[in-house]
Amino acid sequence: MDKQQDPPSDAQPGDARAVLEAPDIARVLTRIAHEIVERAKGADDVVLLGIPTRGVFLAQRLAAKLEQITERKVPVGSLDITMYRDDLRMHPPRALARTDIPGDGIDGRLVVLVDDVLFSGRTIRAALDALNDIGRPRAVQLAVLVDRGHRELPIRADYVGKNLPTSLRETVKVLLAEEDGRDTVLLGAKRTGQ
Amino acid sequence: MSKTLIRGAKVLGGEAQDVLIDGETIAETGTGLSAEGAEVVEADGRVLLPGLVDLHTHLREPGREDSETVLTGTRAAAAGGYTSVFAMANTFPVADTAGVVEQVWRLGKEHGYCDVQPIGAVTVGLEGRKLAELGAMHESAAQVTVFSDDGKCVHDAVIMRRALEYVKAFGGVIAQHAQEPRLTEGAQMNEGVVSAELGLGGWPAVAEESIIARDVLLADHVGSRVHICHLSTAGSVEIVRWAKSRGIDVTAEVTPHHLLLTDELVRTYNPVYKVNPPLRTERDVMALREALADGTIDIVATDHAPHPHEDKDCEWAAAAMGMVGLETALSVVQETMVDTGLLDWAGVAERMSFTPARIGRAEGHGRPVSAGEPANLTLVDTAYRGPVDPAGFASRSRNTPYEGRELPGRVTHTWLRGKATLVDGKLT
Amino acid sequence: MQRHLISAADLTRDDAVLILDTAEEMARVADRPIKKLPTLRGRTVVNLFFEDSTRTRISFEAAEKRLSADVINFSAKGSSVSKGESLKDTAQTLEAMGVDAVVIRHGASGAPYRLATSGWIDAHVINAGDGTHQHPTQALLDAFTMRRRLIGPDAGIGQDLSGRRITIVGDVLHSRVARSNVDLLHTLGAEVTLVAPPTLLPVGVDTWPCEVSYDLDSTLPKSDAVMMLRVQRERMNAAFFPTEREYSRRYGLDGDRMARMPEHAVVMHPGPMVRGMEITAEVADSPRCTVTEQVTNGVSIRMAVLYLLLGGNEPAVTPARTTEEK
Repeated sequence: MDKQQDPPSDAQPGDARAVLEAPDIARVLTRIAHEIVERAKGADDVVLLGIPTRGVFLAQRLAAKLEQITERKVPVGSLDITMYRDDLRMHPPRALARTDIPGDGIDGRLVVLVDDVLFSGRTIRAALDALNDIGRPRAVQLAVLVDRGHRELPIRADYVGKNLPTSLRETVKVLLAEEDGRDTVLLGAKRTGQ
Repeated sequence: MSKTLIRGAKVLGGEAQDVLIDGETIAETGTGLSAEGAEVVEADGRVLLPGLVDLHTHLREPGREDSETVLTGTRAAAAGGYTSVFAMANTFPVADTAGVVEQVWRLGKEHGYCDVQPIGAVTVGLEGRKLAELGAMHESAAQVTVFSDDGKCVHDAVIMRRALEYVKAFGGVIAQHAQEPRLTEGAQMNEGVVSAELGLGGWPAVAEESIIARDVLLADHVGSRVHICHLSTAGSVEIVRWAKSRGIDVTAEVTPHHLLLTDELVRTYNPVYKVNPPLRTERDVMALREALADGTIDIVATDHAPHPHEDKDCEWAAAAMGMVGLETALSVVQETMVDTGLLDWAGVAERMSFTPARIGRAEGHGRPVSAGEPANLTLVDTAYRGPVDPAGFASRSRNTPYEGRELPGRVTHTWLRGKATLVDGKLT
Repeated sequence: MQRHLISAADLTRDDAVLILDTAEEMARVADRPIKKLPTLRGRTVVNLFFEDSTRTRISFEAAEKRLSADVINFSAKGSSVSKGESLKDTAQTLEAMGVDAVVIRHGASGAPYRLATSGWIDAHVINAGDGTHQHPTQALLDAFTMRRRLIGPDAGIGQDLSGRRITIVGDVLHSRVARSNVDLLHTLGAEVTLVAPPTLLPVGVDTWPCEVSYDLDSTLPKSDAVMMLRVQRERMNAAFFPTEREYSRRYGLDGDRMARMPEHAVVMHPGPMVRGMEITAEVADSPRCTVTEQVTNGVSIRMAVLYLLLGGNEPAVTPARTTEEK
């Protein structure tokens, strides 16, 4: 799955270049928020669900921006997809992250899944399966900060911060202040020999 | 008659000399003996001992021929350097009549690897209630002098007293398996730190010690002699030491495994370490070695207890108790007593041949290595050291706790009344 | 974590906390409309029970089914085992059917260890209670219950039980629950006190990482949790204590004794309870008693253990929440 395509320590910040800096990230999130309001016609039934770890922070930021725009509270939560992955047998099991569904649930709502990078599409496939066990949304949409291509499943994002053409030899790394101390998106080369 | 010259053997570990066997007896000892007409065995500095005597062997025949027979057991004995073994009575049927003991005795004679002296049961069916016909067994062809319910304790004090008294009439001895039955109900291993952790039923030292204490007092009271089987605890050593200091006629044996192994091994839950009495603690092991060295414990006896593979290849609680020992006994004694400096080879001969033969009244065994004596001998390569390989055992069973363990010493030759039963480590 | 779960003593502090944290997430699945995860789809788990224990078996079965494992229940009663087939043959028969994990309950201490280490089978082995040795998932669910009650479900994440004072009362001698709990609670930093009549404590207990007391009343005010162990009436006949009445007077937990516990302290029991013996109905039915919670938590803990042992290509590695990269 996409989260596992590249071993974590592959690209050092030193040999990677920033493709989005903090102001860019803030700007694209604002744009996505406006797009959501526009397409969801006011976004009054929107529920944002971030996919851990960084998707959750992005969802929270989006929710804050939506609240600014609509002056209404927007439910936001998290959806851990670990137990639904299709590559579980290829790695040791990992610690689970939190699934936190807002109080009113998702039945009949417009769920916007939020993740940092869209790659193979397998994470989103797992997220759709997980959603299925939680309730029945009116519709499901997908917002991502970066779409780096190389889809392996018929999945596309509804809201994209930046389309970033990459080769499979490259890695994309999203850093967010909440987790990493700063906001940036890095494009680096996979270490050779891996 | 055939002659064999054993050239350059350290007799009882002493100076190298030659020993000439003529027929069934030792004809001559000395240096530079003539090899004329004799087959020569170059001892090359190996140690020559009197044939070993095991006062405590389970040959399983009749009844459990799947684990051992008199033939396989006596072959194992010869391979281990033994020329005489005492066969325990807990067979099926129990050796509690003249008929059964004579059968075992005859089988041993027929096979000719090692003399078999049957031990008679003290009580009928080992049930501890009614004395077996001890006198009839003594008067049989087997001439039983040692009686034991081994595997079970003669726990009833009155029965024990009567048995001790009764065998005085013909110089018999009761060999007691000291185990207070109520204190050991459901016992699976030594009671202590390890059993508490493993959740296995405890076999407390006091269950052995209380019976030994009672029996030495009984022996004293009735003026008989008593022999303690497989003594296993430091406390038992103290009691026997006290009894001997009082002049009580008590003798005691220790098994090789109790001289080497501890209950820590039970942490593996591997039933190959399951034995009765159980493996004890390091402190007990050290006390037993010291007692064997100072004579408090008189002899080493194997408690050779063969069991088929399936009786050990299972969970601990379901497994049979016991270990084979005939083919590793001398190596374990060398490891624990000789190589540690606690005993010399003369001391080993005392504890594995002379004294057990005397306790069991084994005619012609446990004799000095000198002219005119029966040629019951064993030659040991004490410089050898190697791993124990059960696949090479002559015993029908393989339940050894030493598999793969490096041990010193290897018996290369055994002679039973002049006839070689083991040559260059191979049975004849 | 290791390939098997045989003893609570085999778990490191980080392993144990990982299991508790994972169980916390599993517990949330129970609140969903569909209480099922696809995680162990295609994996086969056999519940191999040589001893009757309906509650433990059902708890494992629920956990296995919630993780979508295929479940085979094998009870020794009326099976070939009672006809003399050995543990080894039974296990090998099951493995020949392609079993990925064996959850074993056995009356003989060490049977799961033998199964895991003797080379008889390759499957993962999870000990569901062996003789008077260990019952590690029980200890884990007990620790989980304590952490939720004493720290809180969310506040507890990542936490151990450092400094918590746990009192375990009753038949320690015959209790695999007590052994497992002493090991695990010690690993998690708790201070454990065993309270029992001397006859129901094993020789060698003085080497365990806990305190021992013969006096319940002096221990109660210093306890954050009091775990009552079942005391079987048969023990009376083996002279472990004189009468049921005397036992419950000295070591039973009633309302008066419960009142001496700190206000926040909870009463636990692994079940099944012998009411009137070690615990009165008043205590058993009080809101401070966690018995039913323990049952619920048992499913979450067993889901966590199954996931962490079987969910991947090898057992879980103790995690550092590493930066993920895409």
